Amino acid sequence: MTASAPLNPRAAHDTRASLLVQDPRTKARNATEKRFRAYGLTAIVVALLALVWLLISIFGNGLPAFKQTFITLPVTLDAAVLDKGGKRDPADLAKATTVAYGKLLAKSLEAEIAAKGLSLGAVKPKDLAKMISEESPATLRNQVLANPALIGTTITVNVLASGRIDGYYKGRVSLESAALDKNTSPEQLALADQLKTAGLLSTQINPGFLSMPDASDKRPEAAGLGVAIVGSIYMMFVVLVLALPIGVATSVYLEEFAPKNKFTDLIEVNIANLAAVPSIVYGILGLSIFINFAGLPQSAPIVGGLVLTLMTLPRIIIPTRAALKAVPPSIRDAALGIGASRLQTITHHVLPLAMPGILTGTIIGLAQALGETAPLLLIGMVAFVRDFPGVPPEGLFDPASALPVQIYNWTQRGDPGFVERASGAIIVLLVFLIAMNAVAIYFRRKFERRW
Amino acid sequence: MSLGLLSLILLALAVFGYVLGRRKAVGQVEGDIRKLHSLPPFYGRITALLTAVPAFLLIAVWLLAQPLFLESKALSLINPAELPEGKSAELVMADVRRVANGLNMLAARGEDVTPLLASPSALKSALNDAGVVLETEPTPSTLAATAALRDAGKTSRLTMTVAALALALGGLAFGISRINPEYRARNATERFAMWLLMGSSLVAVLTTVGIVASLLFESIHFFRLYPASEFFFSTVWKPQFGGGSSLGILPLLWGTLYVSVIALVVAVPIGLMSAIYLAEYASKSTRAWVKPAIEILAGIPTIVYGLFALVTVGPLLRDYFASPLGLGNSSSSVMTAGLVMGIMVIPFVSSLSDDIINAVPQSLRDGSLGLGATPSETIKQVVIPAALPGIVGAVLLAASRAIGETMIVVMGAGAAAKLSLDPFEAMTTVTVKIVSQLTGDTEFASPETLVAFALGLTLFCLTLALNIVALVIVRKYREQYE
Repeated sequence: MTASAPLNPRAAHDTRASLLVQDPRTKARNATEKRFRAYGLTAIVVALLALVWLLISIFGNGLPAFKQTFITLPVTLDAAVLDKGGKRDPADLAKATTVAYGKLLAKSLEAEIAAKGLSLGAVKPKDLAKMISEESPATLRNQVLANPALIGTTITVNVLASGRIDGYYKGRVSLESAALDKNTSPEQLALADQLKTAGLLSTQINPGFLSMPDASDKRPEAAGLGVAIVGSIYMMFVVLVLALPIGVATSVYLEEFAPKNKFTDLIEVNIANLAAVPSIVYGILGLSIFINFAGLPQSAPIVGGLVLTLMTLPRIIIPTRAALKAVPPSIRDAALGIGASRLQTITHHVLPLAMPGILTGTIIGLAQALGETAPLLLIGMVAFVRDFPGVPPEGLFDPASALPVQIYNWTQRGDPGFVERASGAIIVLLVFLIAMNAVAIYFRRKFERRW
Repeated sequence: MSLGLLSLILLALAVFGYVLGRRKAVGQVEGDIRKLHSLPPFYGRITALLTAVPAFLLIAVWLLAQPLFLESKALSLINPAELPEGKSAELVMADVRRVANGLNMLAARGEDVTPLLASPSALKSALNDAGVVLETEPTPSTLAATAALRDAGKTSRLTMTVAALALALGGLAFGISRINPEYRARNATERFAMWLLMGSSLVAVLTTVGIVASLLFESIHFFRLYPASEFFFSTVWKPQFGGGSSLGILPLLWGTLYVSVIALVVAVPIGLMSAIYLAEYASKSTRAWVKPAIEILAGIPTIVYGLFALVTVGPLLRDYFASPLGLGNSSSSVMTAGLVMGIMVIPFVSSLSDDIINAVPQSLRDGSLGLGATPSETIKQVVIPAALPGIVGAVLLAASRAIGETMIVVMGAGAAAKLSLDPFEAMTTVTVKIVSQLTGDTEFASPETLVAFALGLTLFCLTLALNIVALVIVRKYREQYE
């Protein structure tokens, strides 16, 4: 008997004295185990923190955009200034320019300040006009042109304060920064504080942010999302009308009818690839096919809608096919067995049963299309558009903006007030997305059946 | 006639066809529908389909193809001698198109545009008032071309309307004439619908053809104007307005890869570890809310990440890392874009890896645990190796997303094309340059604009290759366990 090998190979180096005490190796292994779990947990926490950070940053920057500083003051619409002809003739009225209205507003503000017993301080009367937004005279002018009977009366108007004054109350402008700024001065801000105590100046909810069109570079206080929201809705309409029927038809063909051959393989490979093509490439496609080749107008919602349709198609087809696949074959067999044609089987039984899945996929596809920016940049949707597009179908060919592009556009401007606007616009966009996804989830929860 | 009205008329005709077809079928058997081959609605349906579908197809094809024919006619009217220095006839055509559109707009408002066509200066001011800004007064030949284009446009519209209505009525008559009790209306409807379904599925193929054709066509244009070897191998990117630009893709590719690598360095560990934790450790209830929460990151539009990079991450990195450490003072940098893109890509890595880890058979885990391995040893030595091909596929898909991403880099990475290793320096990527070259003011036919198509083609091929490799790897792996 050779005693070279011990009976228990571990006995030689087993230093463990008791089962109750872990040996160093077990300790090390358990420590590794704990560390590994901690890594996993850290990763999740980091990912969630990133999400929270993103949302806090956007909401923190954007919520002030929904509030705006207004100056409330009575304005006497002097007939001698606004209607020199005295006949309330629209052509005559139109001759009074925004400059005249601007002077009128400044005068009214000066009078009101005097009436309240406040002193102008070091603010020169000519700088007083700068405290009112350049957009306000135009708004007042439109109000008068729409209703000439107002001339000669005194009305109380709620005009936008200038972007700098607004920024002062939102913490963007300080007395120090105002001293270096040629658009405002510390004296103006001091006067604004006085106006606030006197109740002339107040910060209110700003519905204009959602309804007004974009404004020029120097008037961030007047910029709104009206045209962008209309443009986005038009595009989503085009996408829905085109992508849903085409997507469902493609899915039905591939799932229910298509024979297995080279042709259907080609279609399938195509769809899988299209889903992964970078979105900017669709922009190039839109530019060269729809604009350069077919001659459709730039910045039009129809072009944006067509490009987004092509992008959304695979995103609708993939969940639709999954929904069709989930309908059990026994239902088809039963329908065919009692004499329904294949099309009847599909329209009467398969499609209604798959509808919740199809709708969920469609809404999620639409939500993705709504936030898509890059392809729209290439088809000229970044243009500055102030006029609302007309009524569809002709309105689809008018220039318009879109929510994500408007956001991009605002980030490219100089005035810091636009960063707040862009973040505010993102909140609007996110609200739309959350609403759409909530509807999708509701559909899924409410109607989805497990067979 | 407006498009909306025409569509309404066609739809009305289709409804009329339905009623007529159904009534004729029922009338022929004197109400005894047992003698009909199909149920009465099928006779209506096939008539309605024959009425509406060809007419709508005609309109769609006509609208897409008509500019080709219209413009060739107008183009021939442009006098080559009148062309301004350095402008091609195509460029003048763009002006012609704008003038024509402007005039149509004025005409739609009810203004008389005939006198405008006689005087270029009045035309220019009228168009300026309408928001169509012209740089110079249109030349007589431009005016002639504009008039011809508008006339041709009107004629074409009219012809299209007449043709569509004629086709609809023809289809209606044909459908009605075929109806008799033996006519297999159900089969005909099914066949028709089948062709429609097949036609719809061709849209996907046509899209791919359109993408490849538009990229290739303009890229070939570009390579005729600019040598391909320069484009692919030059390390200088310096587009110039007056021509003589250097358009080397290498600095752009470098920027793209650098940003993507940083994004992956951020996203892969975080995504993979969260996937492992969720799949192997997390309780069901934790998983139920953490997984959707991480996936929210994938649902946020990229413009949001772009703004986040621009106003939050960029300044933060500049003020707390780059400036104090003396590494630069640009708020847009490779690091900014890479970090934010990394956050965006996390859910792509984590969701796919999660699915793949869950697909590893439980028996493998049980075997390893039964031999005394701790859970982490099981994961590291059994689960991950088994899932590795799938995880690699997921990472490649994430990489393809990162390479094709546009908005984050447009807003976060900067615009300077550089070959540099410093991550806090502003660099640019292929997608940024596609956007800037195509939204700039340069002439369309110049190499500075056309280069965007060559860049697009490169990007398309790059992402396509990555996707195919990823799909092949994932598919191969799936076959192992099914």
